[in-house]
Parts: sequence; structure tokens; C-alpha cells
Amino acid sequence: MKALLTSTAILVASAIPGLAQEYTPDPNATPGGMITITYKDDVATLDPAIGYDWQNWSMIKSLFDGLMDYVPGTTELRPGLAESYEVSEDGTVFTFTLREGVTFHNGREMTAEDVKYSLDRVTTPETQSPGAGFFASIAGFDAISSGEADTLSGVEVVDPKTVRITLSRPDATFLHVMALNFASIVPKEAVDEFGTDFGKNPVGTGAFKLGEWTIGQRLVFEKNADYWREGVPYLDGVTFEVGQEPIVALLRLQQGEVDVPGDGIPPAKFQEVMGDPAQAARVVEGGQLHTGYITLNVGIEPLDKLEVREAINMAINKERITQIINGRAVPATQPLPPSMPGYTEGYAGFAFDVEAAKAKLAEAGLADGFSTELYVMNTDPNPRIAQAIQQDLKAIGVDVEIRSLAQANVIEAGGAGEAPMIWSGGMAWIADFPDPSNFYGPILGCAGAGEGGWNWSKFCDESIDAMATEADSFTDPSASERLKMWSDVYMKVMEQAPWVPVFNEQRYTMKSERMGGDDALYVDPVSIPVNYDYVFVTE
Amino acid sequence: MLGYLTRRLVQSALILLGVSFITFLLLYVLPADPVRQIAGRSATAQTVENIRHQLGLDQPLLVQYWRYLSGLVQGDMGRSYLQKTEVATLIASRLPATLLLMLGGIVCELLIGLTLGVVAAVFRGRPLDQGLMVTSFVAVSAPQFVVGLLLLYLFAVQLGWFPIGGYGTFAHLVLPAITLGIMGSGWYSRMMRSSMVDVLRQDYIRTARAKGLTRRRILLRHALPNAILPIIAMIGIDIGIFMGGIVVVESVFGWPGIGQLAWQAIQRVDIPVIMGVTMVSATAIVLGNLLADLITPMIDPRIKLR
Repeated sequence: MKALLTSTAILVASAIPGLAQEYTPDPNATPGGMITITYKDDVATLDPAIGYDWQNWSMIKSLFDGLMDYVPGTTELRPGLAESYEVSEDGTVFTFTLREGVTFHNGREMTAEDVKYSLDRVTTPETQSPGAGFFASIAGFDAISSGEADTLSGVEVVDPKTVRITLSRPDATFLHVMALNFASIVPKEAVDEFGTDFGKNPVGTGAFKLGEWTIGQRLVFEKNADYWREGVPYLDGVTFEVGQEPIVALLRLQQGEVDVPGDGIPPAKFQEVMGDPAQAARVVEGGQLHTGYITLNVGIEPLDKLEVREAINMAINKERITQIINGRAVPATQPLPPSMPGYTEGYAGFAFDVEAAKAKLAEAGLADGFSTELYVMNTDPNPRIAQAIQQDLKAIGVDVEIRSLAQANVIEAGGAGEAPMIWSGGMAWIADFPDPSNFYGPILGCAGAGEGGWNWSKFCDESIDAMATEADSFTDPSASERLKMWSDVYMKVMEQAPWVPVFNEQRYTMKSERMGGDDALYVDPVSIPVNYDYVFVTE
Repeated sequence: MLGYLTRRLVQSALILLGVSFITFLLLYVLPADPVRQIAGRSATAQTVENIRHQLGLDQPLLVQYWRYLSGLVQGDMGRSYLQKTEVATLIASRLPATLLLMLGGIVCELLIGLTLGVVAAVFRGRPLDQGLMVTSFVAVSAPQFVVGLLLLYLFAVQLGWFPIGGYGTFAHLVLPAITLGIMGSGWYSRMMRSSMVDVLRQDYIRTARAKGLTRRRILLRHALPNAILPIIAMIGIDIGIFMGGIVVVESVFGWPGIGQLAWQAIQRVDIPVIMGVTMVSATAIVLGNLLADLITPMIDPRIKLR
């Protein structure tokens, strides 16, 4: 790790306590061996600019690197392909110094030109990247996304090992953005060679390279022997078998054919597995940056009345709903999950109180109740949760009709603002990066409240939006004033009650007996289900 | 014969054209936006509009359909919205597995169904017949997901005779083919039974019996070939019925066929893939029916193609 020399850099580096430097691997880790991971769904693509699914997110992390990265098993940032960086005092200019001697899987050395190319590629409209919007704070983003420019004016190559990125506004989350898969560095020649099929022929700098891909059957990752991080990966390779029902994956795990079922333990088998000490011992539990919530559309009568939204908040028995999913979650009080910085400790939220809820309804002039609709995704356990919500609201005189639809249809109804209430299960927010801002803009802010946006409550309070913007103008993402400000944002949101925060899902990763490594690697908040670069096998 | 064939081929092409238009229309009016699926949850309005424009989804329905159709007749099924890969490649890599599974399914349903049907017909009215017909009823109604899992648990996990799902060898094929075949065998055993019962009542069977032929010879040489006729036409239709079952069976056994591809595409509104799989399946069904119609007169000279 090169020392940061300039005075501003020292100032800033010391102001970012979240930036851990190294990870101490398990001293018992042994290299070698292959593991098998299963998934139900096929892997759509391994193009880091495109991939945004549950399974390919961690796979892409192992094939590619970005300038920034996370300490394995944590939400702490650490440098990736950038060896060091400096931030200007106003927080708008980031100068990254790249590591020496990092090569792509095709053998070519990675340079600053590749960084510029990769950022241009992910933001240009032709790429159709679902992550383009994350880079909106880079100067020149508007020009490239409207097609007026074909390069980001804010990204400059200073020399082959130095990139300077200028932001159009301070953005506290920028380093997190540079750690997203979308900011992975790709070699231009490989993208040019494969064109739109780059996603099936990925070339990166990551710990693994793609060995074999038989569409619809399996992918085999091979160890990148020239990986720039010393000593990792431990595994010789990872085989991903796709198209496997979770229940079949569990049977195969029990037979020793599978090491980690990527889709987790099927709900129907959860109690059986946890009830058997031998199997339960191989299950790792961890938090995840997830909140399941009910959106209350503030544009639809009578949910436009604050008292009605408060009444619904008080009427929902969150404990019972967590029981429906075998206790695989903890009841939520606020939009942020407990492990997220900015979470408000000690806030109790709306307590479950049927009488108080009825009183609130009466206050709104609706003592006799009303009828409304609840949209829900049609896969288990969501319809069962919707029924519980229906019963809870029945108790205060609200008749709920359940609309159980395919995911795409629920998202459409939510975006169009047609749905009075939506249970978010199956589509719920899991953070893209561990920062409180990620739970606001698209799902609670004015930006997401427009036609088609993910803010299904259509809640838009400009004064809260202004606070959020201010909080994101800090240079240091983990400054305590900033986190306090975010905490205030969510408390102000709760005063308006556009959501019923219901629960925060826990993660349960099951592994085979031979899998080794810290438990934290198996509930890694960023690499789901496991951090392939650091786990190992013990036999 | 040639005239008949030409006419049938033109008809088939028209059917496929109709199927393509109706599917396209249904996907167009579906209250789900493919662009939202591509753009993801954090996309800006600008990104969404850019993608919509690039995919031509901002064009009127007929323009979109015309573009699709002109591509299709040139063999271009477009690229998957989400995978970016050519639909033709995706289908081509998965079609052999589905065809193999279908073939296995047909063999199983015929083997099981015809045998049970013949036995039931021979023992008509007796407890064995009644027992078999109840069994066939259960077979038709049993959910394939459950049947598949039961077979998997029993023969793969407990007994270890077959691999637990997957694809590659003959052993991998057995359980999925049986699962797929069980449902069809229920239909076939009932059809075969009634067809056989009819045939066994015919005068020529009585004549054969009067001539002193063995019971076995009467059944296999005289009755069976005649009783089997209606079954052949059924196989053509079967391919259509199979498509539904294949989605489930492929899913349970991790069989890498187009059923799984279709299922995932439907979940994510990946229109080019949905269209592609629909067109390929429709073509298979249309061709299957055509083939059945062409084969029937070869077996039964009484039927003439006009």
C-alpha cells in the first residue's frame, strides 16, 4: 500500500474510518479443490455492465474488479484495482492511482485507459446498462446519457497509472459506486471482439476466469493463477450448476454432491433442516441489507390521509408475519435495516395496537372502515403474507382484496401508481451498496415517484428530498453528521407513514461439511451467497 | 398426395403466422413493461427512454410486429433483452435436450399406456380392468411436480439407481421421461382400452377366433394394429400437451431444455425469447400433426389423403 502523500489526501484518508486496508485470511486455509454451487435460474449474463441478478452479482465480482472493493464479509470499503486515491477538499475530484502489474485474463496489462473506457461504456446508452444511473454524479453524465457526447468529460487519464474523476456535485456515495459491479474494469479489445456476446465471454482481472459455459447447464470458473491479490483464491475452481430446484439442490447437498445451494434452504424444508443438529450446524445465519415493506399509495383515497396510513401501520402484526416465514426475519420499525449505517437505534416505530388503529381511522372519519386492494407477487410465501395482512386489516374494518400477480405485473402496477397497497416481498429492496442513501432516492424520494419509478407509494416530500441531497453532499460517507442526517430523513419519512416497514430478512446459507473459512464469508453482505475468492475446502 | 401436402404446408404457414401475431399482440397488451425489466430499479427516466428507443419499443404495434416478422422470415429471431444473446443460439443450445426428453416421454407413455390399455381391454369388466382404469385416472391427475419429486426421492436419493437430476447420460433421462410419460400414459391407456374393446367386438376377430388362431396371435396381429390407429393421430396433438409438462419436469430434474428458458423469459418479460420459444413450439406442434396425418394412411389403407 503506497503512502498517500499530499496533505489533502492525508486529511481525507483519516476522515474515512470505514476504509479498512487488509483482510487477514484464515491461517488454516488450504489451496486447491473445486466446489459446486447450484441455482434455479440460468445465469443471464456475466457482463458487469448488464448483470443485476441475484446469482450473477457475486459471480461477476469474482471475474472482475473495480477501483474499489469491500473487505470480505463486511461492508467496509477497501481499495481494489486502485492502489490509493486522493480526494479534493470539496469532495468533487477523485484521483486514483492504479496498481502496477495487474493483467486481464487475456494477459494484457490494465491501464488508466481501461478505466476510462469502462466508465464510458457503462454510461453510454448503447450499452443499456441498468446501472448507468449510479454514475450520474460524474461530470458529463448528462451529455453521454442523452447521446450528445460519447465520452464522460469528467473522467481523465492523467498517465497510464492515474485516473482523475471529476464530479458535478459532491457525492458521498461515490466510492461505493466505484465498488459496484457496474464500475468493473473491462478490456476494450475483448468487448470489441465479442460485441453483445461479451456477457457470455467475460474477460476481467478477477480472481477467477470463465473456463466453460454450457448454456442452461453449468458454468465452470477456473482459478486465475496470476491474480494480483496475493494468496487468493484458494479454490482451483467453482462449478455452478443451473436449472436446479432448491429442493433438489438440498437433496443433493445431503448426498454430498453440492457444496452450497445458491438459492438457500427451501421454505418448506427450513424447519426440518434447522431441527436436525447435524444439518443446522452447517447453516450460517447473518443479517442482510433488506427490508420488506407495504407501500401505501399517498395518491389514492383514502390512503392520502395520514391518519389512515398510521392506522394501517398500527394494525399490522409484524411478529405474526415473521412467524409465517418460520422466523427467518426480524420485525422492522423503519425503512433502513439494522445493519445499515444511519439506522435509528431506539426508535420503536408504530406499535401493534388494534384499538389505537381503530381510533385513528375514526379520526379520519372512516370509523366504518373502507375497501382497498393489496398487490402481491404470486410466489410463496408472499400470498400467505398478503392473507395475514388482509386479516390484520379486517380487524380494523378495512376490506382488502388481494391481487396476486407475476412480478413484472406488480412492478408495472406499482410504477404506474395504480396500486393502493403493495407487499414488496420478492421484489423488496436489497441495498446495492451499504449506504443509507440507497434506501431513499429510488423508493422513497421524488425521483422515483414519477411514472414507472420504484417509489410505489408515490410519496414525494421536497423538504425531505432537500435533506437527502444535503446528506449526500458530504465528502466522507461515514461522517457521523451525515449518518445523523440520514437517520433524520427516515424519521421524517416515518412521520408521514408512506410505508409499513414489516421485516428485515435474515440470510441462511447452508454449506457442505468440507467448506472452510470464516462464517462471515458465507453471509457476505456484498457477495451473495458466498465470497468465492476467500472460501476454501478442508479435505 | 403432392397437392395435399402443398395445401397442408400453406395452411401450416398461415397457422404459424396467426400464432405469431396473437402472441405478439398479447405480449404487447400485457401490463408489464420489458424496458423496466432491462433498466432495473435504479434507472433514471432518461435511461429508460434510451432503452425503449433502441429496442424500437416506442414504435406502434404494427411497425414492431412487421420488424419482428421480417427478421423471422430471414431466420433472425432477435436477441434476448436480458441475456443479449441471440435467441436462435439460446434455443439451439437447449432444443436437443427438450427433443430428447419428449422422445423419452413419448416412448414411456406409449409403453406404459398401451400395455395397460390392452390388458384392461382383455380383462374388461373384471377387477383388474377397474383397478387399472382408476390408476390411469390418478396418473392423469397427479401433479407432475409431485410425481417427479417422489420418483427422484425414491429412485435417486434413497435407492441411488439414478443421478439426482441433471443431463448427459441415459441414466439421467429415465426418471424425467417416466415422469413426463406417466401423465400421457393415463390418457393412452384409456384410449387404447376403448379402441381395443371396439376392435375385439368386430366380426373379423370372431372369424379369426373361429379359425382357431391363438389368443395371443389374435391380439397382437389382428386386433392391436387396428386398435392403435386413433393413437397415432393422438401423438401429434400430444406434443402440444407436452410443452406444459416439460416446463415442470425440466425444472424438477434440472433438465436444460427450452421449458426452463421459456419460464424464465416469461417471468422477466423477455419478449424475443418468449416469441422464439412460442414459434419453435408451434412449429413442432404443427409439424407433429402433419406427420401424424401423413403416417396414418400408410398404416390404414382405408384412409386417403385428399
